[in-house]
Amino acid sequence: MPRTEQMIAQGLTLVDAINEALYQEMERDSRVVCLGEDVGLNGGVFRVTEGLQKVFGLERVIDTPLSESGIMGSAIGLAMAGMRPIPEIQFEGFLGPAYDQLVNHAARYRTRSRGAVTVPMVVRVPVGGGIHAPELHSDSPEAIYAHTPGLKVLMPSTPYDAKGMLLSAIRDPDPVVFFEPKRVYRSYRQEVPEGDYTIPIGQAKVVAEGRDLTLVTWGASVHQCNDALDTLPEDVSVELIDLRTIAPLDVDTIIQSVEKTGRCVIVHEAPKTAGFGAEIATTIQEYCFLHLKAPVQRVAGFDTIMPYYKLEQEYLPDAKRVSEAVMQCLAY
Amino acid sequence: MPLKTAYQAKVEYLQIMDENGVVDEKLAKDAMGDQDILELYQYMIKCRVLDETAFKLQRSKRMGTYPQNKGQEAAAIGAGFSLKRGTDFLVPCYRENAALWMHGLPMHYIFLHWMGDERGNQIPKGVCQLPLCIPIGTQMLHATGIAWAFKMRKEPRVAMTFFGDGATSEGDFHEAMNFASAFQIPCIFFCQNNQWAISVPREQQMNSATVAQKALAYDMPCIQVDGNDLLAVHKASRDFVERARSGGGPAFIEAVTYRLADHTTADDARRYRDSDEVEAWVGKDPIIRLRKYLTAKNLWNDAKQAALDEAAKQNATEVVRAAEGIERPAIADIFDYTYAELPRELALQKQTMRTSSLGQRPEQAGLSAPGVSANHE
Ligand SMILES: Cc1ncc(C[n+]2csc(CCOP(=O)(O)OP(=O)(O)O)c2C)c(N)n1
Ligand SMILES: [Mg+2]
Repeated sequence: MPRTEQMIAQGLTLVDAINEALYQEMERDSRVVCLGEDVGLNGGVFRVTEGLQKVFGLERVIDTPLSESGIMGSAIGLAMAGMRPIPEIQFEGFLGPAYDQLVNHAARYRTRSRGAVTVPMVVRVPVGGGIHAPELHSDSPEAIYAHTPGLKVLMPSTPYDAKGMLLSAIRDPDPVVFFEPKRVYRSYRQEVPEGDYTIPIGQAKVVAEGRDLTLVTWGASVHQCNDALDTLPEDVSVELIDLRTIAPLDVDTIIQSVEKTGRCVIVHEAPKTAGFGAEIATTIQEYCFLHLKAPVQRVAGFDTIMPYYKLEQEYLPDAKRVSEAVMQCLAY
Repeated sequence: MPLKTAYQAKVEYLQIMDENGVVDEKLAKDAMGDQDILELYQYMIKCRVLDETAFKLQRSKRMGTYPQNKGQEAAAIGAGFSLKRGTDFLVPCYRENAALWMHGLPMHYIFLHWMGDERGNQIPKGVCQLPLCIPIGTQMLHATGIAWAFKMRKEPRVAMTFFGDGATSEGDFHEAMNFASAFQIPCIFFCQNNQWAISVPREQQMNSATVAQKALAYDMPCIQVDGNDLLAVHKASRDFVERARSGGGPAFIEAVTYRLADHTTADDARRYRDSDEVEAWVGKDPIIRLRKYLTAKNLWNDAKQAALDEAAKQNATEVVRAAEGIERPAIADIFDYTYAELPRELALQKQTMRTSSLGQRPEQAGLSAPGVSANHE
């Protein structure tokens, strides 16, 4: 939606930036439609689609029945038939009922039809914990979808990246799962260009340059890692990489950094076992084994069910756990 | 040549007590009696006060997101009252507190749940119900399975599952209905049609004239009842429950009611619905009509109401005390219930509260290698 005075004065939140990308792309491309539960009149439960139905009408911003499989499956059909659907799944936990459509259909059509049938759509999904939400409103399932060939998996951590990455995702010829970290939705504001710009899919960002250790993360954890950097001794120089795209992985940015630093700590909210950190650690030893001065470390969620909110802070990797792992890895 | 009729069906609607507390004597013949009505009215007030209490706790940040039950108490109570405690199984969604309490759940458990504490789901032994279900439309299959087990073991027990109008759009709902029907499972499907699924009105959720008619596709007996009429809800529930208990198979009840409050405390319903509509339903509040009825019958008066209000407040205070008085959950609880037995790697995570390995085996790091421990006493 057009910018408010507050946005002009203070910048955009993650919610504002995603809303702006949707608004601008819907204006530019009449094939784009948003569909999902409560995305229309109510503007989505996080207000990400706020105002869009008023501008683009009931036929392009669609309140669907309460059915994730229905949303995902019919979005696949819309995409095949030449539309550019942007289905929203209200919370990551509710990808469950849509799993079959997303994984067994959206991801596979290009391959199984040898390119004859394709599914260009962007599945928007709020993700992650830390907002005192009920059960299944706080999970981090990105590795499941990164493990699904045919899907691209994105997770911006800043308003600036979110807008550019979403515009790329909508223009991408393949299905993209666009995870939006809830904890960041309204946590801060940032300058975001008003015009059209894209951030290529598959490109990580070096948030801070450093010599001694590479810290790799994505989503809301980028902010915990930034906090951790502030607590480290002056003479410790850490390179912080925000993956931004989880699949396809930007191998180059990671190995260039680890070749330089020789040490790496990976941070994610999802459980450790078979989390995406495992893939990164393996990639590092495959590409830069001889550069390593210490074993690659993972600071992740525990291998448990994400607890209800009384214990969620104990579960989530925080700045303290990150900085301890960094110091230990440096001391190895 | 005129085509033959392949199938024909209808959906009946039952209301026994109208908005003014006036009862249709003919329909009321085998409905619940005045003593039950009196008791359940008082219980309903207690539930309403607890609901308001939970709302206030959320507003003062003493509770997380909470979905109010306000206005739907007759549906929950009428249905819950038709079940045998300790025998029949209740599989809830999250907007039927009164039924759960009536079926034996200590009241503060619901509060604990919304206070972000899994102990609110730790159903005491002997209480036949499952914890609240957050993912919409998924739990009906569990009710179907539970009731199926009763049938397999030839136990005279039934399961009842609650869900909303929105939930009937999920595939699992239809799969549960089909299983229950195909295998003639003693499961009662109880839909609280409160007209809204967050911001989506029922007419937009589906193009069907009633929710109940969905059962016809599965050849399941069904009825639409005035969900704010305690007598109608109870009569329909009781009849179907007893029918199922004696081998008659599943049934479907659509209780037409209304969500008087916001969807949850995180919602603002003014964004999507007219206050006129809400106002119209305020007059149909199940509490109002019961009070009118009881007053007309000389079973109730202002003094009794004042005493009840006081008792309900007192009860709410005790429930809050129980929920807030509990000690903080142990961090170990994050780990200990993942499996019956804690695997080694998880035991290590629990012991160290970290997932980084220090580049060493635990023994090398001076930690005792954690043994395998069970979480059951
Ligand atoms: C599978 C799933 N999808 C989406 C949600 C988010 N959500 C929570 S409640 C709700 C609406 C439920 O409507 P209804 O079934 O009518 O029950 P009511 O809340 O009206 O009691 C939605 C969409 C969810 N909890 N689970
Ligand atoms: Mg509803």
